[in-house]
Amino acid sequence: MNRYPLWKYLIIAVALLFGAVYTAPNFFGEAPAVQVSSQRPTIKVDAALLARVESALKAAGVPYEAVYLDAVGLNVTARVRLADTDTQIRARDTLEAALNPDPQDPTYVVALNLLSRSPRWLASVGALPMYLGLDLRGGVHFLMQVNTAEAVAKRLDALVGDLRSQLREKNVRHAGIGRAGDRIEIRFRDEETRRQADGVIRDAFTDLALREEASGADLLLVATLTPAAAKAVADAALKQNITTLHNRINELGVAEPVIQQQGADRVVVQLPGVQDTARAKDIIGRTATLEARLVDVSAEGQAAVAGTAPVPFGSERFTIGRGAPVVLKKDVIFSGQQLQGAQATFDENQRPAVSIDLNDAAGRHLRKVSRENIKKPMAIVLFEKGRGEVLTVATIQDELGSRFRITGLESTQVANDLALLLRAGALAAPMEIVEERTIGPSLGKENIDRGVRATLAGFIVIAVFMILYYRVFGLISVAALTVNLGLLVGLLSLLQATLTLPGIAAVALTLGMAIDANVLINERVREELRKGASAQQAIAQGYEKAFATILDSNITTLIAGVFLFMLGSGPIRGFAVVHCLGILTSIFSAVFVSRGIVNLVYGSRRRLTTISVGQVWTGGGSAGAKA
Amino acid sequence: MEFFRISRTIPFLRYSRILNAISIISFVIAVGALFARGLNLSIEFTGGTVMEVAYPQAADLGKIRAAIEGKGWGEFQVQSFGTSRDVLIRLPVRPGYSAGQQAEQVMASLKAQHPGVELRRVEFVGPAIGEELAHDGTLALILVCVGIMVYLAFRFEWKFSVAAIIANLHDVVLVAGLFALFQWEFSVPTLAALLAVLGYSVNESVIIFDRVREHFRTMRKASVTEVIDSAITATISRTMITHGSTLAMTLALLFFGGPALHSFALALTIGIALSIYSSIFVAAAIAMHLGVKREDLVKPVRKEDPAREILP
Repeated sequence: MNRYPLWKYLIIAVALLFGAVYTAPNFFGEAPAVQVSSQRPTIKVDAALLARVESALKAAGVPYEAVYLDAVGLNVTARVRLADTDTQIRARDTLEAALNPDPQDPTYVVALNLLSRSPRWLASVGALPMYLGLDLRGGVHFLMQVNTAEAVAKRLDALVGDLRSQLREKNVRHAGIGRAGDRIEIRFRDEETRRQADGVIRDAFTDLALREEASGADLLLVATLTPAAAKAVADAALKQNITTLHNRINELGVAEPVIQQQGADRVVVQLPGVQDTARAKDIIGRTATLEARLVDVSAEGQAAVAGTAPVPFGSERFTIGRGAPVVLKKDVIFSGQQLQGAQATFDENQRPAVSIDLNDAAGRHLRKVSRENIKKPMAIVLFEKGRGEVLTVATIQDELGSRFRITGLESTQVANDLALLLRAGALAAPMEIVEERTIGPSLGKENIDRGVRATLAGFIVIAVFMILYYRVFGLISVAALTVNLGLLVGLLSLLQATLTLPGIAAVALTLGMAIDANVLINERVREELRKGASAQQAIAQGYEKAFATILDSNITTLIAGVFLFMLGSGPIRGFAVVHCLGILTSIFSAVFVSRGIVNLVYGSRRRLTTISVGQVWTGGGSAGAKA
Repeated sequence: MEFFRISRTIPFLRYSRILNAISIISFVIAVGALFARGLNLSIEFTGGTVMEVAYPQAADLGKIRAAIEGKGWGEFQVQSFGTSRDVLIRLPVRPGYSAGQQAEQVMASLKAQHPGVELRRVEFVGPAIGEELAHDGTLALILVCVGIMVYLAFRFEWKFSVAAIIANLHDVVLVAGLFALFQWEFSVPTLAALLAVLGYSVNESVIIFDRVREHFRTMRKASVTEVIDSAITATISRTMITHGSTLAMTLALLFFGGPALHSFALALTIGIALSIYSSIFVAAAIAMHLGVKREDLVKPVRKEDPAREILP
């Protein structure tokens, strides 16, 4: 009766293997590494760079263990794993010198990092070490509140201009258009015109909801953004802010930044290893601007391109970016604030293109400028830290309006990148830091040590007690508890859950609670023996009766864990995740795995008379008898 | 080895009235402390800045206070944290200062006093975030209570579910009351610990109620009190051993986990110790006072008494 079919043993074996493989990476520790990422939006990290990195290291005679590309989202980096920290510094200096010939104007960010030392085959099956939270590795955490209302207001301002020109185009005479809070008010003198305007607006602006109102002698048409449109504007603003933050943070040379949306209008930024909050804040809060300008095609301007002649008055020479060097006029045709959108598309000939939307005022100005400059080149420049980088130089083919395209791009990749850069030049809505946390690296290290030491201490106390008190069954319980720990850590590593200090505490607490299931079982087994059941019967009955209780008691704990997960944030979420997963693994290991071991040890013995579950006192005045 | 050599049923419920009286008095004191003194909420709830700085030698708290006092930011706290070399500084939210600016200024003055000072940690929480956390925390507490009650009512019977929730809220309120009474810092991890205690302590009551139900089935002649007493007696050994193990863990966290886990481990340790008491002496007693009957738990089994079905 106490035998498991083969498949059950197989399940246990698979679980054990899973636990072992996925827990393993956490024990290999970390190796020093150097990470190379691009400083410029226009320069990408690719296989060619990898070759350059390798040859530079070889030329300098710096030994390295591995070189490879690593992509996290949009962010591709080249990584070099090294044997020790001394070579790490040497490698960084070598690469810094080889990749950035001009230290004043670096092309790549060369940063120190740590990489898991676990073998590549483990990583190839997805077995990676747990991701450590900031409280364990040190770094900076920001929670930024995005003012989406501001983005909506900006959009409405743009719409005011669009409405004005649309009405003018259709010859509808209004008595004034203006934004008042989150609504646009259009005034009319008579009912007829208002009706006419209503029709025109409904056809051209699907994002607007219209309502008629009266204000004194004037008739009003009130336009508001539909809830869906307002939400789309807010979402787009948030996305653009995140993209911009990505670009800016890349420049900090942070090894593994986390930039995530939290809730409807917040962004979490975590920069592991960064200690200089002031600089981080400076870069995050910086404003970038985008400008479109005409290329100076005069003979003097063209001579200045090569650097042989002085740059003519009223022009400027740009040396960085796509199409550089180039000499541009100082007059700005339109700026980033007037840019409403940029998408990668295709032109009539199915070649990659980027379509750009400008607001009305910019569109009007561009129309005038482009009419006078057909067949002349125009450039778009991104200014950051007072340094301009040319994003694109294109020839004006025709008169352009508020909606135009840049065509003739070599690939869709280029089109995508350009669209992203155009959009990401500036923050779409202002942001404010509402939460900030800095944890020093030594504190992080101490937190890990303390957490692990506490967990081990508790584990040892429990193990010693269980073995003394329940003997062989105690030993089996401890084995099950060890399996539980392995499965839990393995599962957390597989999910790449972020381990925080409360998370470690949750692991400890889970182990303390998980032993409950085994205590329940062992006590039940003793009780059955006390009642006079045979050894095999006691095992079967003990497990069976204890199971309902174990399930019940764990469900209530799970309820608490789930709500904590739903409502918690940050480190508390880590606690809740570990807590919930721990309950699941503990049911599995305490009931299923421990039964498996018991069956293996006792199940096949025909004439089993005693089982070692500690002393079972059978009552009466007599001394305890060993059952 | 067996610790609990119990041959007779222990009359736990005999003292239920006295113990319930003690529970009610301590509950009232706890609630009083919560209202009178309030919780010493961490800046995660109130908003503000916390800095942890480390000195190479024992820190001079007076000098640090003087440095911050000069800035005129109103109420602030300076205290040693764990060791005499580590110092925790709490600053209130000041309008006009953006995140972390206060910390930078304090650090600059401390560096001027003593160049060896090291900034270990800074936390800034805006007031809106704090309110949100407090709101979410309260909501979590309510949802956990409701969730557990619904589960228990579904699994057992309303009297048990009410009894269990009262018993376990009693634990949570007492722990919170102690935090208010001694003005220990109540942080977000402390709240997590309280919720964990709630879940954990209910599971204790569940185990006893499971036994009560089983004994109602097997001990058909016994009175309600006898059944409850025997159920508690049967589970007492397991209760003590399980809680002993969990307490071993939380004590390990308390002693080795360092200051960052201190209030979390403290809340857990007290909560778990209380939950032993409450599930033995409070939950079952409340269920009894609510008038639990055999019929509430054991559905009448028809085939055992076919005559009753035929005769009116």
